[in-house]
Amino acid sequence: MKHTISVLVENEFGVLSRVSGLFSGRGFNIESLSVAPTLDPDTSRMTIVTTGDDRILEQITKQLNKLISTIKVVDFTAKDFIARELALIKVSTEAETRAEALRIVDIFRAKVIDVTPKTYTIEITGAPAKINGIIELLRPMGIKEIVRSGPVVIGRGAKGVAG
Amino acid sequence: MKLTGSQILLESLGREGVDLVFGYPGGAVINIYDDLFSSPIEHILTRHEQAAVHAADAYARSTGKVGVVIATSGPGATNTVTGIATAYMDSIPMVVITGQVPTPLIGNDAFQEADICGITRPCTKHNYLVKDIRDLARTVKEAFYIARTGRPGPVLIDLPKDVQVSTCDFVYPDSVELRGYKPTYAGNVRQIEKAAQMILQARRPVLYVGGGINLSAANSELLTLAEQTRMPVATTLMAMSAFPQQHPLALGMLGMHGAYCANMSVTECDLLIAIGARFDDRVTGRIDSFAEKARVIHVDIDPTSIKKNVSVDLPIVGDLKDVLAKLNASLTVKGAEVDELIEATTAWRETIDGWKKKHPMTYRSSKSVIKPQFVIEKLRELSADDAIITTEVGQHQMWTAQFFKFTQPRTFLTSGGLGTMGFGLPAALGAQAAFPERQVIDISGDGSFQMNSQELATLMQYQLPVKIAILNNNFLGMVRQWQQMFFEKRYSQTCLGLPIDFVKLAQAYGATGLRATRNDEVEGVIREAFATPGPVLMEFKISREENVLPMVPAGKAIHEMVLAS
Repeated sequence: MKHTISVLVENEFGVLSRVSGLFSGRGFNIESLSVAPTLDPDTSRMTIVTTGDDRILEQITKQLNKLISTIKVVDFTAKDFIARELALIKVSTEAETRAEALRIVDIFRAKVIDVTPKTYTIEITGAPAKINGIIELLRPMGIKEIVRSGPVVIGRGAKGVAG
Repeated sequence: MKLTGSQILLESLGREGVDLVFGYPGGAVINIYDDLFSSPIEHILTRHEQAAVHAADAYARSTGKVGVVIATSGPGATNTVTGIATAYMDSIPMVVITGQVPTPLIGNDAFQEADICGITRPCTKHNYLVKDIRDLARTVKEAFYIARTGRPGPVLIDLPKDVQVSTCDFVYPDSVELRGYKPTYAGNVRQIEKAAQMILQARRPVLYVGGGINLSAANSELLTLAEQTRMPVATTLMAMSAFPQQHPLALGMLGMHGAYCANMSVTECDLLIAIGARFDDRVTGRIDSFAEKARVIHVDIDPTSIKKNVSVDLPIVGDLKDVLAKLNASLTVKGAEVDELIEATTAWRETIDGWKKKHPMTYRSSKSVIKPQFVIEKLRELSADDAIITTEVGQHQMWTAQFFKFTQPRTFLTSGGLGTMGFGLPAALGAQAAFPERQVIDISGDGSFQMNSQELATLMQYQLPVKIAILNNNFLGMVRQWQQMFFEKRYSQTCLGLPIDFVKLAQAYGATGLRATRNDEVEGVIREAFATPGPVLMEFKISREENVLPMVPAGKAIHEMVLAS
């Protein structure tokens, strides 16, 4: 089962490799990982999407907590949360498909952020499923390049994870 | 007052109570060694950095204090890796200080540069690269704190040369504030109460104890728990000296080369109480049939150890000393119920005694050839009660665990988790440095011994009177045993060819060398070795194809033991 985990870590030398090394060294999967500093410049927040059964997930969260650099681990899977991902998609556009591409962009409330005679570069944010959706529709035109950020997540409601 | 980085390092070590370090100098630590020259901290120069780490490891295992190592950058640092991984697997508190090339050169493939923080990240509890001298004192404080608290482990500090020579005010912090590291010491009282109830309901309980007992110094609490409930105690390799092995409740070692009664008890028990052990595959054999009739209580300070390999009915996170003391107190007030438990488990103890009688830990003795088990029995008989025994890894290690009846805590130092050949000799020197007055014996094999035999020079230089017993079968015996049992005796690369004259090897270093080739020479050689001052190497030419038995073949359940060849 897919799990989305937020990890609050000390923003210090080598912390990313401590976390990624833990996953590779113990044979855990990383589907995506995004990391950036929080309001506190000494702290970074990672969002990791991983898969595994309950036993593996229990080990993943325990092992993450065991790292000295880890401040807090939250598995959002059983919680009510919002996930958002950014994707940049460079799609081939012939004269006859340009209008269709723009319609798709419009339907998904995406944006065209770069144009050449033969390509559109599209920016889209949304839940990962929405990004998968636009990719499927654009694929027949020929996707030349795609970059996805991996999702970042935040819990619903008034309560926040400090840091 | 302004101090240099290397002065700050040594001052900080002093504040942590360090009076002895093990190490090897080099270009990137030459400033530290220059300050060490006039420092009250003693230093033992090994002949290889790996040996320095094993020595510091054994110093920690035997004393309970943090072992300290200094090594230079590049190859000096990479040579420490096997030692660090050994300490990590066995949860040994240690601080390793490595020199590093100057910060402006880091990443430039400079001379003797290695990314030792990157290399040791998976085999240290934590590590640091100190780029700013103002962080140095705090880093040393944190390193010692992390190494010795919680589940102990090795911590590495990588110190670039330019940081060693720059200066700043020295202020040693009084306390450590790590927001991401707060080990749980106090066991949850409600969980402990549940454990007491489960024990009282059990009819076939077994204690399964590991190295955590020594690390937590919970030996007397364990003894109290076992004696007041009369529950039998199976010990892992790491815990052979944690519970007195001549005790009537001692089952001996469990697992791949465990005692018949230990493996049968665990297989048949209805309650398994795992204490400071981690369900290693060498203990469990086929995991799905390990203690499959039992409910499981697991006590450990490290939450990741719990439910890692087996499911657990009652987890208790905490320091064993605290948890066992609370559990004992809880059982003490239930005197009548404990009496009922003892009554109700009489049959269980009788069953176990039956297993002990049916298949005791034994071997076929010989009047002519030297049986390795006999040598170990004689070593036990002729050595002091508090003698510290180290081993290498292989058959001799298992025979030692099986036949040397340890009675005192922290007297058996062996590489359990990583299984590092070459551990025993440097470990013996580290233990002897910690306890100059006690008897220290390295029980070794001829294969393992050659992995760090250069440390004979260190023993001689510091006149550390370690006694070495090499059980020489001219084989890499454990692998040979597997080849005999599972590979139709195809002894691929396990025969060590031309025999080494270990007596001459000892003499080359200026040590005493003795040899026994017949059974009736064994006792005389041991007596002479123990009576001879200084380092002595004893070579025993043992029966070459002796096997370690019982043995649970890989992939089998632990009750499916091979008992005889």
